Amino acid sequence: MKSAVIVFPGSNCDRDAHDAIAKVTGHAPAMVWHQESELPEGTDFVMVPGGFSYGDYLRCGAMASRSAIMPAIVAHAATGAPVLGVCNGFQILTESGLLPGALMRNAGLKFVCEKAKLTVENANTRFTSHYEGGAELIVPIAHHDGNYFADDETLDRIEGEGQVIFRYGKNPNGSKRDIAGITNEQGNVMGMMPHPERAVDEKHGGTDGLKLFESLLGSA
Amino acid sequence: MTQYAEGITAEIVAEHGINDEEYAIILDRLGRAPNLVELGIFSVMWSEHCSYKSSRAHLGRLPTDGEKVIQGPGENAGVIDIGDGQAAIFKMESHNHPSFIEPYQGAATGVGGILRDVFTMGARPVALMNALRFGAPDHPKTRQLVSGVVAGIGGYGNCVGVPTVGGETNFHAGYNGNILVNAMAVGLADADKIFYARGAEPGQPIVYVGSKTGRDGIHGATMASAEFDDASEEKRPTVQVGDPFVEKKLIEACLELMATDAIAAIQDMGAAGLTSSSVEMADKGGIGIHLDMDKVPQREANMTAYEMMLSESQERMLVIMKPGREDVAHEIFRKWELDVAVIGETTDTGRMVLTHKGETVCDIPVAPLADDAPKYERPYFAPEVRAQIHAKDIAQPDHMGEVLLKLMASPDMASKSWIWKQYDRHVMADTAASSEDPSDAAIVRVHGTNKALAITTDCTPRYCYAHPFEGGKQAVAEAWRNLTATGADPIAITDCLNFGNPEREEIMGQFVGCIDGMAMACATLGFPVVSGNVSLYNETNGAAIPPTPAIGGVGLIPDIDKRAGFGGMKDGDILLVVGETQGVMGASVYLKVIEDREDGDAPHVDLDAEKANGDFVRGQIRTGRLTACHDISDGGLACAAADMALASDCGIKLAHEGANPPMHGFLFGEDQSRYLIAARKEDAIAILQDAKADEIPVQVVGLAGGTAISVNGAHPLELDRLRAAWEGWMPALMDQLVEAAE
Repeated sequence: MKSAVIVFPGSNCDRDAHDAIAKVTGHAPAMVWHQESELPEGTDFVMVPGGFSYGDYLRCGAMASRSAIMPAIVAHAATGAPVLGVCNGFQILTESGLLPGALMRNAGLKFVCEKAKLTVENANTRFTSHYEGGAELIVPIAHHDGNYFADDETLDRIEGEGQVIFRYGKNPNGSKRDIAGITNEQGNVMGMMPHPERAVDEKHGGTDGLKLFESLLGSA
Repeated sequence: MTQYAEGITAEIVAEHGINDEEYAIILDRLGRAPNLVELGIFSVMWSEHCSYKSSRAHLGRLPTDGEKVIQGPGENAGVIDIGDGQAAIFKMESHNHPSFIEPYQGAATGVGGILRDVFTMGARPVALMNALRFGAPDHPKTRQLVSGVVAGIGGYGNCVGVPTVGGETNFHAGYNGNILVNAMAVGLADADKIFYARGAEPGQPIVYVGSKTGRDGIHGATMASAEFDDASEEKRPTVQVGDPFVEKKLIEACLELMATDAIAAIQDMGAAGLTSSSVEMADKGGIGIHLDMDKVPQREANMTAYEMMLSESQERMLVIMKPGREDVAHEIFRKWELDVAVIGETTDTGRMVLTHKGETVCDIPVAPLADDAPKYERPYFAPEVRAQIHAKDIAQPDHMGEVLLKLMASPDMASKSWIWKQYDRHVMADTAASSEDPSDAAIVRVHGTNKALAITTDCTPRYCYAHPFEGGKQAVAEAWRNLTATGADPIAITDCLNFGNPEREEIMGQFVGCIDGMAMACATLGFPVVSGNVSLYNETNGAAIPPTPAIGGVGLIPDIDKRAGFGGMKDGDILLVVGETQGVMGASVYLKVIEDREDGDAPHVDLDAEKANGDFVRGQIRTGRLTACHDISDGGLACAAADMALASDCGIKLAHEGANPPMHGFLFGEDQSRYLIAARKEDAIAILQDAKADEIPVQVVGLAGGTAISVNGAHPLELDRLRAAWEGWMPALMDQLVEAAE
């Protein structure tokens, strides 16, 4: 499977995403600059990494969602190919309309970095098939704007459709219904605030994120 | 010769912080009176902050050489060899004055500045640390300063994407009017690809990159070289405003440019901005410089040459390129949407010449600005020697558990998770131990290898106040001990020397004493100084801060799997103390918290014992016998045991016999050069045998087990209660409701 990691000015988890994908697949992903208008030919999986794209100015993810590369990502998602947005990547995917809802400032108003407890709510997706349903994971979070919000109707719908993939054990940011990660209706676009790419190595952050990449990309 | 150029008066000269004697030197070196631009340039270059005029006479006594030192003090940061053709590059710097005036931006730009010092040399920054000192917790300004500084450090470091992995925070009334914000950055580079400020030759283009120049931060360096008074808040406009997004782009663009072969010399624009960066490169290359001020990218209209030269706008760099390679810089910096402009060239005149709107606005020799700057041998006296206080001199408390609880919930000892939860500690995916982990130093893996850097910051200002020489010695020794306790080989330090007004003999005495103590510890421990910063005039209305020579230590862990922390103790482990315990209580946390006294002498470090004990512990860590290891420092053995018990989630039964030292001296004495270690019974026996053979004092002090900390089966303190108090202090301070009247 061919992967691509999108690089915006201000992305800062691009290298970590690159390394996690390379570790699992044995192949380095293409690093795609935001000013490109096309993904490399044959790209299967697209990862939108964390960071502070465009400095988080205006609103987190707002400017990145209007960048040159975005139409290509939207078109790619429309083909049913997998797209994963982590942290700022999640914000970019909600801003671009690929995922429902929005991410607001944390309820505590402060940046929060901790190793968060997550529950796998739906293991029957291409992102989570290697996990057991209900499995408890430890995955690091680090964000200022991770407070997931959608109206009740939307929340009811995404819960009913199995689009809520991860929930926090102890809500760190005020997210509605403890939501940490969701997919779109088709199940091929996922966004999550926790950083699975920071949990693929025993010597740093544990290995609870590994199965996400393995589910998606197959083992090396 | 006319005394003053047109438009210049004695008042204007005085406002620039230049005294009569210094002004006479300027007249002599120029052979004429300086104009306003020239006066401004002398003013910043000769400020205490840039010239080290009060401290230079003493800094030379610090050892700076070592087998692993690639670059010592004098460049943007120090460089050490970490094997395999790799180098670690690091420095610590103060941003005290700006942070007191405007805590968010002051702290944020402190982080930005120290990062630039490191990536200017070709390193990718991999870790940030900070050493913070605030006033008394109940002082009306403290909470606002804490929340602003922490938000500023996080706001900048989190965005730039460099993990903030550790630090230290103290509270003391001595910092009520002058907080300390010391930031440290560590980077990695190939040892043969280090970039220096030296190396420029005549006839090379000078390229300005980064943000535009605005009117912010004018005279910041001069502000940082004066005492505060009640009107200091009016100096807010001299505080710079940071933009971490631009810094992140600047890091990537500079590293991209450095991967080419186009740079002759490079220097960031920090304090005194365009002035100091151009003067330093010219001085180190022994050349002259010509700048066309019309070409400087400007944020505001109608800026004068004076404003441009003294601006401290952030996120700017000055690069001297190899001739004909300007296009390389243009292409890279355009890609990153940063300003780039050729603003001048190097010359062979040895002079700094500035032209603006067709006129020469400055023409002065470079040498007097830098190396020829004034240097003062300020008078000083050493403080009176205080008598030492031993445990036997003070009353024994009734319940040791209650005392321990009180100590662990005191401002300096309580958990600082309220602070470090606001810092991204994991970005770059190489953090093996940070503030959240039970480790005496932060551990950051060298990317793509199995080795790691151990990084610590340390200083005990109450010891430095009690006895500057011993305090200086102790600060270096404790940094060395922190690194050793993780299993690292300590390599070198950076220092950030924070003191009051050097024109007062008492303060200068503190400075000289601390330097001499540090020098002795550095020499004995083989732990040289490779970079540093001096921050003087930390006073408000004549009240100086406690002397605070903060030490940033860096060591190497050759194999990341062979290291120690203090969270692995298991039920049934034997606890041992390495080092002698006499029950020294002078200037201790116990004395301050329990007896409300801050008197007594500082504990004295026996440097030979320090080295022997540390080398023994490091050797034992590498045998894999230790389940836990923790240095014994503030609060003595009992507080080290409490840390270990909380982190391991396992109680400890301590045991002590006899009256020498008495029980409270055994538990809370701050004797130096000690470690608390834990091991399985059979391993403990082997450790004791090794210790006997090596003549290292090692004593069994307890047994792991249960859910409480107790002594001789009495005075139990349940871990749940201890944890709640230890974790609760800082949130209770910071998250309490602000009174409406405020």
